[in-house]
Amino acid sequence: MAKSIAQEFTKGLWAEIPPFRLVLGLCPTLAVTKSVENAVGMGIAVIFVLTCSNILVAMLRKVIPSKVRIACFIIVIATFVTVVELLMQAYTYSLFMKLGIFIPLIVVNCIPLGRAEAFAYKNGIMASAADGLGLGIGYALSLSSLSALREVFGAGTFFGHAVFGPSFQPFSFMVEAPGAFVCLGLMLCIMNVLGKK
Amino acid sequence: MSDIFVMLISFILVNNILLMQYLGNCPFLGTSKKMETATGMAMAVVFVLVLAGVITWLTEAFILKPLNLQYLRTMSFIVVIASLVQFVEMFLKKSIPALYAGLGIYLPLITTNCAVLGVCLINIKEDYNFFQTVISSLGYSMGFGFALILFAGVRERILLARVPKPLQDTSIGLVTAGLLSLSFFAFKGMV
Repeated sequence: MAKSIAQEFTKGLWAEIPPFRLVLGLCPTLAVTKSVENAVGMGIAVIFVLTCSNILVAMLRKVIPSKVRIACFIIVIATFVTVVELLMQAYTYSLFMKLGIFIPLIVVNCIPLGRAEAFAYKNGIMASAADGLGLGIGYALSLSSLSALREVFGAGTFFGHAVFGPSFQPFSFMVEAPGAFVCLGLMLCIMNVLGKK
Repeated sequence: MSDIFVMLISFILVNNILLMQYLGNCPFLGTSKKMETATGMAMAVVFVLVLAGVITWLTEAFILKPLNLQYLRTMSFIVVIASLVQFVEMFLKKSIPALYAGLGIYLPLITTNCAVLGVCLINIKEDYNFFQTVISSLGYSMGFGFALILFAGVRERILLARVPKPLQDTSIGLVTAGLLSLSFFAFKGMV
């Protein structure tokens, strides 16, 4: 409990970085990492939802009875997801169409719900905000790195720009469903090697 | 009749929800370590998903659409699913205790299974009519169960193999899922 706010923030960037250390929220990780653009958009949406829901849950933690807390968390998260959905529909329509049902599915992404239950319900507002922001940024970073790997090798592009010369044959396995599973599995393995002391 | 068959095959195999649409992967990795838990989860998902698909379709058609409240879809669907799961749990506990004993602990987990909300949203997005909704919910949930049980079988064998240390557990699970997904790729030409 004596951890400082800076520590709560930085743990999300390495020590508990989702989805590698905290194996949660896998579905969007697999689905939106086909291109870097999608991954960054999804990452920003998750940062917003996670930070806001953590703050609101921390504010309301003395009011929410513990018996119905899960239902309350889901409503809080669904509210912010709806906000993101409407905002993206208004300002970044093409990205909204590409991400498709994965924007509303942030509601059932285990990360916001897991953090509300494990952290925000027990801690103060500032700490929860730092926790949400840190984990959100960590999640966005992992999504971007995984998508960079898949897009560069699978399509030969980065942010839609060609990386290799015209003679490059894309390794299209990487952008298809099986490639997503295998890439994530191997990245987990690399994280295990790096994290070992 | 052949239409129904083609639709079912396409939902179970070609567009398999776990391996092709990337939905519901958390329970896929979480409950596939043992065959028993996998079958329990698979049955619970089939049961709830068909009910949830029908009820959310009715919600959309008779409440959200006439009142022009489609922007509340995400929120209302999740509330409907959460209360449905709670209701099913209470109902089974009272009236069919044998089934409850089998599905019991998996039921609450289904609320946060993104396959359920995902299929309900797909049904609306694809503009399915009532009958197609029933078929798609049934097909997708059977595909979920099928893939989960296959995967659990493979994972039980992996326990006997010597896996390099950094690859153990989730990591090798994901690589295996990738290979399973690759084999499901072969169905792509079927429909």
